[in-house]
Amino acid sequence: MITRQRAATADVAGDTRDAAPLERQADSLHRERGTRVRRRRVRAAWLFLAPMLVVLAAVAGWPLVRTFWFSMTDASLASLEGAQFIGFENYLVFDNGWYGIMADPLWWQSVWNTLYFTVVSVALEAMLGVIVALVLNARFRGRTLVRAAVLIPWAIPTVVSAKIWAWMLNDQFGIINHVLLGLGLIDAPLSWTADASLSMWAVIIVDVWKATPFVALLVLAALQMLPSDCYEAAKVDGIHPVRVFFRVTLPLIMPALLVAIIFRALDALRVFDVIYVLTSNASSTMTMSIYARQQLVEFQDVGYGSAASTLLFLIIALITVVYLYLGRRQLGGGS
Amino acid sequence: MTLRTLKALMLRLGFWLLVAVLMVYAIFPFYYAVVTSLKPSSELFEVSYWVDSLDLANYATVLSQPTFLAAIRNSVIVAVSVVIIALLLGLTAAWALGRVRFRGRTTVMMTVLGVSMFPQVAVLSGLFEVIRTLDLYNSPGGLILSYTIFTLPFTVWILTTFMRQLPDELEEAAIVDGASPWVTLTKVFMPLLWPAMATTGLLAFIAAWNEFLFALTFTLTDSQRTVPVAIALISGGSQYELPWGPIMAASVIVTVPLVVLVVIFQRRIVSGLTAGAVKG
Repeated sequence: MITRQRAATADVAGDTRDAAPLERQADSLHRERGTRVRRRRVRAAWLFLAPMLVVLAAVAGWPLVRTFWFSMTDASLASLEGAQFIGFENYLVFDNGWYGIMADPLWWQSVWNTLYFTVVSVALEAMLGVIVALVLNARFRGRTLVRAAVLIPWAIPTVVSAKIWAWMLNDQFGIINHVLLGLGLIDAPLSWTADASLSMWAVIIVDVWKATPFVALLVLAALQMLPSDCYEAAKVDGIHPVRVFFRVTLPLIMPALLVAIIFRALDALRVFDVIYVLTSNASSTMTMSIYARQQLVEFQDVGYGSAASTLLFLIIALITVVYLYLGRRQLGGGS
Repeated sequence: MTLRTLKALMLRLGFWLLVAVLMVYAIFPFYYAVVTSLKPSSELFEVSYWVDSLDLANYATVLSQPTFLAAIRNSVIVAVSVVIIALLLGLTAAWALGRVRFRGRTTVMMTVLGVSMFPQVAVLSGLFEVIRTLDLYNSPGGLILSYTIFTLPFTVWILTTFMRQLPDELEEAAIVDGASPWVTLTKVFMPLLWPAMATTGLLAFIAAWNEFLFALTFTLTDSQRTVPVAIALISGGSQYELPWGPIMAASVIVTVPLVVLVVIFQRRIVSGLTAGAVKG
């Protein structure tokens, strides 16, 4: 907008090259007015940004700094003010044996659980999401209806979907066990949420159900922007549709899919609600968020819990940076 | 029938089968919640796929509980306030980020994006302290404030994206007329941005309505709970005697408005989600 305005003033200058000095003076006045308008706009821009920046600083920046600080103190929920600095003792300390979060097997299990949950659920969501998007991209009667239906799982509050699935996965009265027993796939009812070997899968089932629509929508948006000419060419050449998908479609929708994957992965790494509702604080599904909140709120150990929060923050930041770096390099090399 | 038409027929059949599976997968869980909520408690433990008898006892149970009604009231207050605040702050920020070139613009954009990637737990103890200092603990105000951490970033991103798509000529005319930035924003851009504001407002509403971790941590008494927390904390005599009928009824009550909104505003929501993500 600014550049365009400058171009306009330049035009005026070009037209008035042979004009009288008075008009030349008017022209320079005009230009001066342009920079004044511009300066005023920049000032207004910062003024308009200020409320948002202040709020974000109050709810994100400052609390993050305080959480770092608490992680190096012995603060408890009852006495936040009386917190004493203790260095890295919450993280790791040697006192006739190793203590601290990094010496806690439960924390390591929560890290492993979080990574396992993230990789499996996001991989399933990406695959299913692409399939759903391909279906929705086809032309058929009732497509709008199907598209609206697919959005429903995304709209349902996580807590509600966790409750609905907890009921469907109920060991005695659940419909899933009923169906599986009826089909003869299992001999006895499975206790999905209580059995340590199954509960992670129960959580993954719910998350995949809820999040696949999001991936599907982003991929669908990319599919709708694909040029149709290369498909016609492929059709004329008689290339098999599966081959066309892997050679043409998939590479073209890859950027959108990668964006969807990072959004989903960031969500999965901080997963809390589904697990809290389905399996509470059980160790077999404990994730880093569940672990940190349990320390903070239930055990009232703000120092230790803040250290767990800080580690979660650092791990997510690290994964994001690595992913962005690898993604950019791969995309750069591919094109 | 030739082999070719048979193959085409099979493909068509397979496709429709896939569509059917997709529909059942997407809809069945919610449908089953509705079916369960309409059952009398005596039939609750027999699996059935249809609504045999229309029994509204579960709804009566839930709606006669003052805590559940309070939760709905709190959720509405919180979600509506969050939408208004996010739109107001988001719109002014989007004008600055979308229409003005200035040093530090990219930094601001990246900061906002970074905040949207925050794990909520990472700020839990610090935010708890802020909320307690402001005397907002166990009140809707605390939730309204804390929810801006996840609604504001995407509101700013989506509105900025839409703001950039508007033609320059609009604003030039306003500048020539000597209109201030505030007048330009409210008189020129806001009328044009209504669709985008509806989209982001809807997304912010859904996000605030569904939030659980902050609501669980920053409220203490039943009268201050929001809907997700109230539903999560419904309990029976013991861990193994959850009142599934009322839980499903409550779930249906809080979900139906969202499902209706999503089905009506399907297109807007999709455009908002993709606008936010493609730029991200």
